[in-house]
Amino acid sequence: MTIATTLPDARGRFGTYGGRYVPEVLIPALDELAEAWAELRADAGFRAELARLSETFVGRPTPMTRADRLSARLGYEIWLKREDLAHTGAHKINNALGQALLAKRLGKERIIAETGAGMHGVATATACALLGLPCVVYMGEEDTRRQAPNVSRMELLGAEVVPVTAGSRTLKEAVNEALRDWAASVRTTHYIIGSVVGPHPFPVLVRDLQRVIGDEARPQFSGATGGADPDVVTACVGGGSNAIGMFTAFVGTPGIRLIGVEAGGRGSRLGEHCSSLTQGHPGILHGAMSYLLQDDDGQVARTHSISAGLDYPGVGPEHAYLRDAGLAEYVSASDEDALDGFQALSGSEGIIPALEPAHVIGWLLHRPLEPGTSVLVCLSGRGDKDLDTVRASLRIS
Amino acid sequence: MGRLEDALRARRDSGGHAFVPYVTGGYPGVDAGLLHRLAAAGADAIEIGIPFSDPVMDGGVIQEASAEALRAGVRPGDVLATIREAAIEAPVAVMTYVNPVVRHGISSFLDEAVAAGVAGVIVPDLPVDESSELGRESAARGVDAVLLAAPGTREERMAEIGRRSRGFVYCVATYGVTGARDRVEGTAGVVVAALRPHTDLPLLVGVGIGTPAQAAEVCAFADGAVVGSALMHRIVGGDVEGAIQLASAFRRAIPS
Repeated sequence: MTIATTLPDARGRFGTYGGRYVPEVLIPALDELAEAWAELRADAGFRAELARLSETFVGRPTPMTRADRLSARLGYEIWLKREDLAHTGAHKINNALGQALLAKRLGKERIIAETGAGMHGVATATACALLGLPCVVYMGEEDTRRQAPNVSRMELLGAEVVPVTAGSRTLKEAVNEALRDWAASVRTTHYIIGSVVGPHPFPVLVRDLQRVIGDEARPQFSGATGGADPDVVTACVGGGSNAIGMFTAFVGTPGIRLIGVEAGGRGSRLGEHCSSLTQGHPGILHGAMSYLLQDDDGQVARTHSISAGLDYPGVGPEHAYLRDAGLAEYVSASDEDALDGFQALSGSEGIIPALEPAHVIGWLLHRPLEPGTSVLVCLSGRGDKDLDTVRASLRIS
Repeated sequence: MGRLEDALRARRDSGGHAFVPYVTGGYPGVDAGLLHRLAAAGADAIEIGIPFSDPVMDGGVIQEASAEALRAGVRPGDVLATIREAAIEAPVAVMTYVNPVVRHGISSFLDEAVAAGVAGVIVPDLPVDESSELGRESAARGVDAVLLAAPGTREERMAEIGRRSRGFVYCVATYGVTGARDRVEGTAGVVVAALRPHTDLPLLVGVGIGTPAQAAEVCAFADGAVVGSALMHRIVGGDVEGAIQLASAFRRAIPS
């Protein structure tokens, strides 16, 4: 049914990407994590526990919905994998719950996480409430402002939200601060990183926990269409976890195009967008080699996106590998495209998407594919959190 | 073996202990004159930071100093120019993060560093298993590539770090990032003791050493101390004179 993924290698390399570029103090915990995950990913008891909670708590499998009116309008067959219907409103819970269970198995007493849009923070706070683990979430101060409802949710769930005031006060700085906390607390604390980024084994760990998206969607699609595969599988890419989660079930299958949509922001100059794969250069941030938005001196660039969840200068190393190997394609969609997609899906399908996957819809609105193409979209989250941002943007423009 | 290792071994082999101050390059006041004054205060070597946008190994003081230097437009070449201008006799090691080095190209980064008179490189987010190219290219130029060992580092990695490091081994005193602490953690002694059987290199303790008394304390088991945030705290507060006085106090406290 699915193609076995043989990468990364033992050193956490996807080709030349990935690896472990972290202070020595974190290496023992990464070793411990890699060893534990190598066992637990195949452990029947662990898998059964995760499967039970995925069904009874998260609400998996999530459905797949045919977007009838949008399909008719654009001349495609558009299907939406409904991660917006997973508990807490996004795919993030798949990873957060799996890692929280893993942390318990490791005997860790405390959880830390970073968050951008707040969805990973909410998912982590939720998993921690469920399992009785104390939780601290680092969040850029700018993001605490533009995603205020998620701050309230996390606090209600019992998490401590720590605003980060360094640099651009967004996701990158939140990861920095989580890494600094972890360097000090690593003996007792597990860091639930929110995407397929970071040092080995995080990119493979998060992929393994998110691949449920594509593993469900492929047979759902096939069942709904009389045995076919989609022509195009597409997802938004910030760090890239929903995209990897969707792509893994399809990667390497002849005839299926995998297309990741990055945040094009408000322009093509450095600082105006988050298109690491389409406009960045190989570099190292947060422990892994991947594509990175940076200046000539290797200073990591500021970024901009209307969606806090994509507002990140790097990207998961597996995406860098897939790009270079020609196994996936990457395009970008602007803030304006995302707003168009947000409204189009809301008005024509009765689904208010998060601004992150709204980039995918906005890209499709430009009719970039042949008429008649069947398209499976990962609708990674719901848009309640973005209403203020969208309202403000539409008023200005 | 390069000039950095020569100097630190000489200090150790004469029965003394090394004092290595750190300052953030490009920060206002961190200029050739300051390097001279630190050398005159008795530094065995000087570590100078090339600021990076995302210094995950650094605590608040050095983060702030790095951010301020970058806001002022400081580039890696400016820090090298300061080192070249100072032309001090004590060996100078540059400390930076891996991305600026890789972006520049390891070879050309090292070529420019050598031309400026740099004797060592310290890249805290390049652990031993990722460090072979930097180690090889540094050795080819007579530059000592210093590796870090930390609390929790396993025995076989300690051996590997001891074998592959040059100049000295930077023994991280505590779990966490740079920044002065109230006391010396027991972990500092554990790291040094775990490394000793595996290497003859000087073992210097850094991270968290905030006072001359703490430096003296670690020199009971280590071959020297690296002191950064305590000095930068003074410099960031506008008190360069205070930083120099503190450096002298560290030198007096560390048995030479």
